[in-house]
Amino acid sequence: MKMFRLAATSAAFLLSLAVAAQAQTTLRIGLAEDPDILDPSMARTYVGRIVFSAFCDKLFDIDEKLNIVPQLALSSETLDDGKGLVIKLRPGVKFHDGEPFDAEAAKFSLERHLTFPGSFRKPELASVDHIEVVDPLTIKLVLKSPFSPLLAQLTDRAGMMMSPKAAKEAGDKFGLRPVCAGPYKFVERVQQDRIVFEKFADYWNKDNVFIDRIVFQPIVDATVRLANLKSGGLDLIERVLATDLKEVRADSRLKVATAIELGYQGITLNIGKDKAKGPLSQSAKVRQALDLAIDREAINQVVFNGEFQPGNQWVNPDHPYYQKSLPVRGRNVDKAKALLKEAGVTPPVSVDFLVPKGAETETPAQVIQSMAAEAGFDMKIRVTEFATGLKQAEAGDYQAYMLGWSGRVDPDGNSYVFLHSNAPQNYSAWNNAQADKALDDARLVTDPTERKAIYETLAKLVQDEEPLLYLYHRRIIIAHTTKLEGYKQMPDGLVRVIGLKLK
Amino acid sequence: MLNFLARRLAQIVPTLFFVSVLIFSLQQLLPGDPALVMAGEERDPAVIEQIRHQYRLDQPVPVQYAYWIKGVLAGDFGESLRNKMPVRELIAQKLPVTLQLGLMAIVIAFLIGIPAGIVAAVKKGSAWDYGANLFALWGISTPNFWLGIMLIFLFSIELGWLPASGYVPLSENLRASLAATVMPAFVLGNAISAILMRHTRSAMLQVLESDYVRTARAKGLSERSVILKHAMRNALTPIITLSALELGTLLSGAVLTEQIFSIPGFGKLIVDAVFNRDYAVVQGVVLVTATVYITLNLVADIAYILVNPRLRG
Repeated sequence: MKMFRLAATSAAFLLSLAVAAQAQTTLRIGLAEDPDILDPSMARTYVGRIVFSAFCDKLFDIDEKLNIVPQLALSSETLDDGKGLVIKLRPGVKFHDGEPFDAEAAKFSLERHLTFPGSFRKPELASVDHIEVVDPLTIKLVLKSPFSPLLAQLTDRAGMMMSPKAAKEAGDKFGLRPVCAGPYKFVERVQQDRIVFEKFADYWNKDNVFIDRIVFQPIVDATVRLANLKSGGLDLIERVLATDLKEVRADSRLKVATAIELGYQGITLNIGKDKAKGPLSQSAKVRQALDLAIDREAINQVVFNGEFQPGNQWVNPDHPYYQKSLPVRGRNVDKAKALLKEAGVTPPVSVDFLVPKGAETETPAQVIQSMAAEAGFDMKIRVTEFATGLKQAEAGDYQAYMLGWSGRVDPDGNSYVFLHSNAPQNYSAWNNAQADKALDDARLVTDPTERKAIYETLAKLVQDEEPLLYLYHRRIIIAHTTKLEGYKQMPDGLVRVIGLKLK
Repeated sequence: MLNFLARRLAQIVPTLFFVSVLIFSLQQLLPGDPALVMAGEERDPAVIEQIRHQYRLDQPVPVQYAYWIKGVLAGDFGESLRNKMPVRELIAQKLPVTLQLGLMAIVIAFLIGIPAGIVAAVKKGSAWDYGANLFALWGISTPNFWLGIMLIFLFSIELGWLPASGYVPLSENLRASLAATVMPAFVLGNAISAILMRHTRSAMLQVLESDYVRTARAKGLSERSVILKHAMRNALTPIITLSALELGTLLSGAVLTEQIFSIPGFGKLIVDAVFNRDYAVVQGVVLVTATVYITLNLVADIAYILVNPRLRG
């Protein structure tokens, strides 16, 4: 026994030496922008979500096929005709400050999302009336009315859990030193320079965390970001340009991971608040003519080297909710001209085309301009800085607006706020009672087949009325060095760090 | 001298007040709505209304100004709309970075520009002179972002000697810090050295033709002593003013260069703040930059007097 103990001690000692001898591994990730505040209740940028996934676990997560899988939860059950959602929580989970994660903590986090001043999660959880603690590891969300996208909301920031103690102490400064229950914990942040995280020793899934530190560095210029990856200054970069893909693939030291985005890129057409009352807003036929004038595949080939995916709905053609009965229509200039004639307008139809500044919007806009010209449209491109353009779109000072959406897991998140007549981002001011009903109904039903059938009605209406021309879905392109192993790209674009190894 | 200093210092106060009013009103002319920008993709009207209220964006501009200036006088520049960081802290984070980059750039500019200018003046019309002029033309006309990317390709990707971008504080690791800043400092310094060279050359040419230089030569002083001791000191005065102004410009942030090399300095801070309509940050940075600029001007005037005793009254 003594002998055994000695052997065990010396083995442990040797092991500790070996570990100490091995240098700390650091994963350096290049981001395309500097994230906003790292407070799950108040955060609002896509780039911020990438950082959150390293340190802030959620109740649920998604897998590659967009199925909802438990993360800090164990299971969920819908009760009371959809008006109750019971969530069982994972036992033995700790926050970075050592506080336990339990039903009280989950209730606190959700209530903070719901009530904290300046919380952007309020609308996402608007269906929740209140939260009950059933037992120390079970909570129940009581809803005002059934809301099928709720579970999907909990796979994103609205489902992120925060240490109640830290959140109460920090108040609205929580985002400066966030304390969550993810694989890494916050170390420091220097604005526009770096955000540093280190491995959390008490993480519930720590056996699958292999890298010691993660450093996020915002590098705005895509060329410089790639140069850093090539020179070895970074291990992984996000938002590689489609036009750089060839070069990256040719480099034997680099690897590419891609997925088609959950969101879409398209053109919002002003229907309800066009001050000039141009033909485009007054006649669905004119809008259809514009749609038929555009060759989506050609845009993809010419501008994006064929790397993106042409589309015509608010979800991409591989998505479970894509309506295969309504495929992308081919370009048909003759038919477009005929439609303009039917509508009684004499070409050229002049269109005020608002385009946000940036190569990935300006170049396709120019291609669309020349395609539309052949069918009799005079698209007057007005390149505008993003914030200014957004304000003009809200005011209705445009006729066509090139605007994308980063996408949400549930199709509701890609459609409701843009298409419902009294939704905040319905810049088109499209008002269609049937569409409103379909959007509302889809929120009440949980059965996927039934929901898909409801969305089919909506997709048809959108295709006829054309408040929004969906054009293509971008490819999320992540490049990393071959030293990094185990990386898989999820369609939400986030960088998941569980299971990653650095050689 | 003291009298002069007191007068100049007294002028600073109204100047800064004017700057503060100007920046506040100019900002109101920016199109776009800060609350809307801040909301990002989450544009729920109720939440946006709340942001407007929370940051007093729903109040008249003079009232907003009064709140802001009251804070500034107490040393509180407000907090960033985007990430809740106190603006004072943000500025404190960036100032050393910009200072380091600016000083390195001006040193590089001195090292290249002044010797080149002297040589060009002394050997006027020779191959040296033409070479220096060619260099100046190149330095002035080369875009910073292009030179930056070329340097990255050469020294980071091809040769692998220097990090492509990023920043390491001086206090953390001297070597790594210099390695990270030498390329951006060279890009900035290169452009300024060209301007310095042109001015040094013309100033030297003027001085070299003056009577006292001829006298010095006639006394039998060595050419070296004539140029470095007698001529240069006089030629230096315009260079001092010029360098102070150039340094002031550098300290207000070198936007493009900082962007290319991902240096977290003033330039990046203010550009991001403008695009995010982060008013408090824009105001704070501009005010600090203006103060730095005015101070450097004052320093230049003092240096002028020190170098040129004739101006001491």
